[in-house]
Amino acid sequence: MKTLKDSNPGDRVSVVKLHGQGATKRRIMDMGITKGVQIFVRKVAPLGDPVQVTVRNYELSLRKADAEMIEIQ
Amino acid sequence: MNHTIALAGNPNSGKTTMFNQLTGSAQYVGNWPGVTVEKKEGRLKSDKESIIQDLPGIYSLSPYTLEEVVSRTYLIEQRPEAIINVIDASNLERNLYLTTQLAELGVPMVLALNMMDTVKKRGQSINKEKLGRMLGCDAVFTAAVHAEGMEEVAQKAKEAATSGRLPKTASFSSPVENALQRISALIQDAADETYLRWLSIKLFERDEKVMSGLDFSETAKNQLEAIIAECEAAMDDDSESIITSERYQYIAGIMGECVQKGREQLTAVSDRIDTVVTNRILALPIFAFVMWLVYFISMATVGTMGTDWVNDVLFADIVAGTVDAVLGALGISGMLASLIQDGIVAGAGAVLGFLPQMMVLFFCLAILEDCGYMARIAFIMDRMFRRFGLSGKSFIPMLVAIGCGVPGVMASRTIENERDRKLTIMTTTFMPCGAKLPIIALIAGALFDGSPAVAASAYFVGIAAIVCSGIILKKMKTFAGEPAPFVMELPAYHIPSGRNVLLHMWDKAKSFVRRAGVIILPATILVWFLSTFSWSLSTVEDTADSILASVGNLIAPLFAPLGWGDWQSAVAAFTGLIAKENVVGTFGVLFEYAGELSEDGTEIWSTLAAAFTPAAGYSFLVFNLLCAPCFAAIGAIKREMGSAKWTMIAVGYQCLLAYVAAMWVYQFGRLLSGEGFSTGTAVAATTLLGFLYLLLRPAQSCEKKQLCRAGKVSEAR
Repeated sequence: MKTLKDSNPGDRVSVVKLHGQGATKRRIMDMGITKGVQIFVRKVAPLGDPVQVTVRNYELSLRKADAEMIEIQ
Repeated sequence: MNHTIALAGNPNSGKTTMFNQLTGSAQYVGNWPGVTVEKKEGRLKSDKESIIQDLPGIYSLSPYTLEEVVSRTYLIEQRPEAIINVIDASNLERNLYLTTQLAELGVPMVLALNMMDTVKKRGQSINKEKLGRMLGCDAVFTAAVHAEGMEEVAQKAKEAATSGRLPKTASFSSPVENALQRISALIQDAADETYLRWLSIKLFERDEKVMSGLDFSETAKNQLEAIIAECEAAMDDDSESIITSERYQYIAGIMGECVQKGREQLTAVSDRIDTVVTNRILALPIFAFVMWLVYFISMATVGTMGTDWVNDVLFADIVAGTVDAVLGALGISGMLASLIQDGIVAGAGAVLGFLPQMMVLFFCLAILEDCGYMARIAFIMDRMFRRFGLSGKSFIPMLVAIGCGVPGVMASRTIENERDRKLTIMTTTFMPCGAKLPIIALIAGALFDGSPAVAASAYFVGIAAIVCSGIILKKMKTFAGEPAPFVMELPAYHIPSGRNVLLHMWDKAKSFVRRAGVIILPATILVWFLSTFSWSLSTVEDTADSILASVGNLIAPLFAPLGWGDWQSAVAAFTGLIAKENVVGTFGVLFEYAGELSEDGTEIWSTLAAAFTPAAGYSFLVFNLLCAPCFAAIGAIKREMGSAKWTMIAVGYQCLLAYVAAMWVYQFGRLLSGEGFSTGTAVAATTLLGFLYLLLRPAQSCEKKQLCRAGKVSEAR
C-alpha cells in the first residue's frame, strides 16, 4: 500500500482511500482530501516534516504521521 | 427592523475584516460561555438595531473541535435570523464545503463571495446568479479589505431574515438519499421540520452529540444502526466519510456550472514568495531574521523607548509629580498620600509601563499574521517543537516572552489545540523576560564577577525548563495522547490591511489593560499595605517591623533548603510577584541601603556577597527565573486558560519546578564545594531521580496508532 507519506515533492497523486478514524480522519477529509481527489506534493518543510500539498486549488500542510493515513496511487 | 445576523466562514476567508467593516468600532468582545473561544458581537454600522454575531472561523460543523461545536450550538439553539456565509472566492471549492453544512441548519443565508479582487486578478469569473440559484440564496461579490459590497451584503442579509427563505440543501447519491429518507421517517415525529435534514445527516454520521440530545428507544437505535450499516456496506466506507465525499462531489458539480477557470490555477505570486520563504536552505535564516527584526523593533528600539518614557518620565515625573502637587494642594498627606502614590500610582504604572512595548509587538505580530507568514512559521518549526510535545505554533509565544511574559502568554491564542495551548501557556514564562534581567545582573555582579556566562546560562535554564516540562507534562494523563493533527491551511500571502492590523493591536492592548489591571492594582495595594503596617495596624518606620517582614520570617524556613532562608530574600522573591525588577529594589530597602539604587543594584553587591554563597546566589536566581511570574503575567495566564483551576495548576507547577531546581543548584553546589553529604543533599538527589524518571519514562503505551486515535476520539466527544 502506497501512502502520501511515501510520495516525493513534485509528485501528482490520486487518493484511493483514507485509513484511520475519528477526529483526525474527519479533519483531513473536511479539508478536502477525499477519495479520488488529485493531490500535488509541493514540498517538504526544511526540517523534513510536515509536507505541503496542493489540493482543490489551495495549499495545505500536514504531518507525515497523518499523511500515512492517506492511501494513494 | 432589528435582526440578529450570524457571520460564519472558514479561517482566512476575511471574516474578521468583514466583521470590522460591517460593525465599525462598536464591538463587544468576550468569551463563549464556559470556553476560551472568543465571542465577538457588534451592531451594524448602517442599522444600529441589527446585531452581528461573529462566529469562530471553522472549516466544518463536525463534533470534534471546540470552535465547531460552539458555532453549531449557537446556530441551532440561539437561531439567528440569517447567516452571512463569508467565502474566500479564490478558494471556492473548499469554502463551499462549510456552506453545504450551514444550509442544512434551517436558517436563511446570504453568500458573501469575498476576495473577488484576487479572483479577478487570476482571470477567473464566477456566475453569482447561477451559484445563488443552485444554493437557494442570494450571492454578493465583496472585497472586505477595500470595503466593497458591504452595504449590499447587509441589505441582502436583512432581506433574507425578513423573507425567511431557506437555502437549498445538498443532494447526495441515491443510496445515501435512500438511507437519509429512512432515518427521517424514523425521527419525523420527534423533530422539527426545519431540522429534519440536519438531524438525519448527523444521525447517519453517528454524531454522538446530536444522538445524546434525542430521546431514542433501543429499537429505534437498532433500526438506525441497521440503516447506516447497510449503506456503509454498499459504499465500502464509514458513514462520516461517505457524507464528506458526497458533499465534495456535490460541490464539484456546482464548480463546473458556475466557475470559469482562469489562466492560472494558483496565485503565482504567493507561490514565488514561498519558493524563497519556505525554501529548504533559506527558510531558517529568513525566519531567524524576521524574529530578530520583531524583537529588535519592539523590545530593543521603538517599544522600549515608549516603555522607558512611560516608566521614567510619565509615571516617575509627570504623574507622580502631578499627584504630589494635587495631594499637597488638597492637604492630603501621610497614609492616604502614601496609598495613592506607592499603591495606586505604582500599580497603574506597572500595568501601563508594558503597554508601549506590547503595542509595538502586537503591531508586528498582527502584520505577520495578516500577511500569512505566521502559518509558515508553524510549518517551518513544527518538527522541532513536536519533539518535546508542543506544536510549531508554540514558538511565537516563547519568542515574545523574552520581552515580556504577558504578551507571550496572550500570543498562545493562535494555537487551536487546547492541550497544546495549555502546555504552551504553562511553560512560556520560563523564558527570562526583560524584567528578570536586573536580577541576573545583580547575582552575576555580586557573586560571579559579572561573568556574562550567568546571563547566558539563565536563557539556557529557561529553555531547558520549557523542553523538560514539555516532555514531562506530555506524559501526564491530562496532556497525553497522540499529538493533535497538524492539518493546516497555508493561506495565500497578501498585503496586510492597515486598518485590520491597527484594530488587532488595539483589541489586544485594550484587553491587556483591562484584565491585567484588575489583578495588578489590588495586588500592589495589598503589598503596600503589608509593608507599611505592623500587626497592630500602626505604620512602621522600618520595613523589618512590618507585617510583610513577619510573613517573610514565617515563610523563610521554607527556602532554607535552597540556601537563602533569611526573611529579606523571601520577601524579595515575594515582591517579585508584582514585577520582577522589584526584587532588586526590595533588596536595597531590606539591606537598608539609603541612597537611590541603580538598576542592577551595584551599591549592594558587597552586602549581598556577604549574605550569599555563590551556590545560594545562583539558587536564588534560578528560583526567581522559574517561579510564578508577576501578577500581570498570572492575570494573562488566567485569561488565556479561562479557568481559575488551570491558573493554579500552572502557577503551582512553575513554583514547584522552581523550588526543586533551585534546591538542586544549592545542594549539589554545596556538595561540590566540599561541604559534605547532608539530609538536604539526600532530598535533592531523591527529587532529581524522581524528575529524571518523569522525564525518561516511556510515554503512555500506544502500540497501535489506530487504537490510540480511536481513544482520542472518544475523549474528544
